[in-house]
Amino acid sequence: MKILVLAEINNGELAEDQTSKTVSAAATLGKVDVLCASSQCSDASTKITKMENVENVLVLEDELFAQSLAESYSETLIDTINSYSHVFAPSSSFGKNVLPRIGGMLDVMVISDVSKVISEDTFERPVYAGNALQTVQSVDKVKLISVRTSNYSAVPLTGSANIKKIDCKSNNTLTTFIENKMQTSDRPELTSAKVVVSGGRGVGSKENFEIIEGLADKLGAAVGASRAAVDSGFAPNDWQVGQTGKVVAPDLYVAVGISGAIQHLAGMKDSKVIVAINKDEEAPIFQVADFGLVDDLFKAVPEIEKKV
Amino acid sequence: MKILVPVKRVLDYNVKARVKVDGSGIDLANVKMSMNPFDEIALEEAIRIKEKGNAEEIIAVSIGVQQNQETLRTALAMGADRAILVVAADDVHNDIEPLTVANILAAIALKEGPSLILCGKQAIDNDFNATAQMLSAKLKWSQATFASEIDVKKDMVRVTREVDGGLQTIDAKIPAVVSVDLRLNEPRYASLPNIMKAKRKPLEEISPADLGVEITQRLKIIKTKEPDSREAGLILENIDQLVEKIQENVGG
Repeated sequence: MKILVLAEINNGELAEDQTSKTVSAAATLGKVDVLCASSQCSDASTKITKMENVENVLVLEDELFAQSLAESYSETLIDTINSYSHVFAPSSSFGKNVLPRIGGMLDVMVISDVSKVISEDTFERPVYAGNALQTVQSVDKVKLISVRTSNYSAVPLTGSANIKKIDCKSNNTLTTFIENKMQTSDRPELTSAKVVVSGGRGVGSKENFEIIEGLADKLGAAVGASRAAVDSGFAPNDWQVGQTGKVVAPDLYVAVGISGAIQHLAGMKDSKVIVAINKDEEAPIFQVADFGLVDDLFKAVPEIEKKV
Repeated sequence: MKILVPVKRVLDYNVKARVKVDGSGIDLANVKMSMNPFDEIALEEAIRIKEKGNAEEIIAVSIGVQQNQETLRTALAMGADRAILVVAADDVHNDIEPLTVANILAAIALKEGPSLILCGKQAIDNDFNATAQMLSAKLKWSQATFASEIDVKKDMVRVTREVDGGLQTIDAKIPAVVSVDLRLNEPRYASLPNIMKAKRKPLEEISPADLGVEITQRLKIIKTKEPDSREAGLILENIDQLVEKIQENVGG
């Protein structure tokens, strides 16, 4: 068994939480190598060498990997990847983009969104928006696994891995990067935040979402939204929590004006403590909430913000 | 140019999935089935591209059981010009894996020669989020996933992608495979006259063997179970109690 983890690096910056939790999932099978491919690798690779259970960090510094385009990986790294029995990546927009393309190249199925590594060939993953958990056994020679990182903890930084420089020869002639428009925010990242405050359709408008953001900022929390709120244009898509958005598992999840559709619950039901505020006492969100308040959010949330 | 749109027939978005008692999968007998919502968005986008004069023909493809005909009729009623049904299973519970789907679609693409294949980013049943990427690799075409904006130009398609933390814009060389995300558009409903017209549009039926593709299963399903359910908690009486609970759990 030879295990490789694809580190997620955006513009030279390591997505540390996602990568570390992926290493954590992969390390349940043994020591791992981590591929660090980017235009600038020094900071990222130094961080990765400290991650527990990492043996080698394969460093590939090339402008080709500045934006993590799928073709850059699949067209140039296929031989490197093919020399491993297991390849893990976070189930983020990076991993979901790159890993199945590698699967297509190698004629191997991808095992997406794995919530539990059971053995070297058996994995558990949610299907039907988390309404069921399926255990699957892979017969492929290479196992390609994207990890639902919210199910794993980050690894301790007690390691001292070796750095090995590698090269790539060919080029990506298929896609060209134009631009990134990233949300700049001082708030913590949604998938790794300790506290998340989310708003739903009940919030009513984009302007009203400031109420949610106000409480989030007071609590040092990330802001989330239900699919209904995103569909209605109240919140950007990358705030979406749910099966079609992000899966989160913070210490505290505050759901405001969210009815609790199945697809939303799939994205947050593993939170440690769930608090729900909704004026409809029949709302399904109260079936999963540890603490509920039946009240008008426009009255309750500003008052909570003042008092916490 | 031609646009190919694969559409999957799945358990309707509004129906709660129930695990079969024997743990073999989800019960799909006598439940409402519909077109995968992300595929609807892909089809809508194809129709809009054609309406703008940037495409001549839209071909909808569905892979699965005989009943997928209904899904294809819906696609034709929405605006696809013709349809191909690949009958690959005789039991609706037999889900075809994305890798095999990609092999079938690649064979069809080589025959039909579309410039663009528009796919939903994931099917809401198996949630793999893989077909578009695998298909693109099989064809060695360019790939643009999670599109929230698509602009077809002469030799390439400019795609704005929903990525973690924001949006990324890339140019993908044509022919390209693009997978679509939620916010790309809002699919239309088929009008009654169009539903009637759709009945006369061509729907070709073929088998995977006709395309030289073998159906394989790389992931053996060992068991399917319901996730642990959460117990309903306490309904609090007032805001102060809630504030107390929030404070207890912040940074806890």
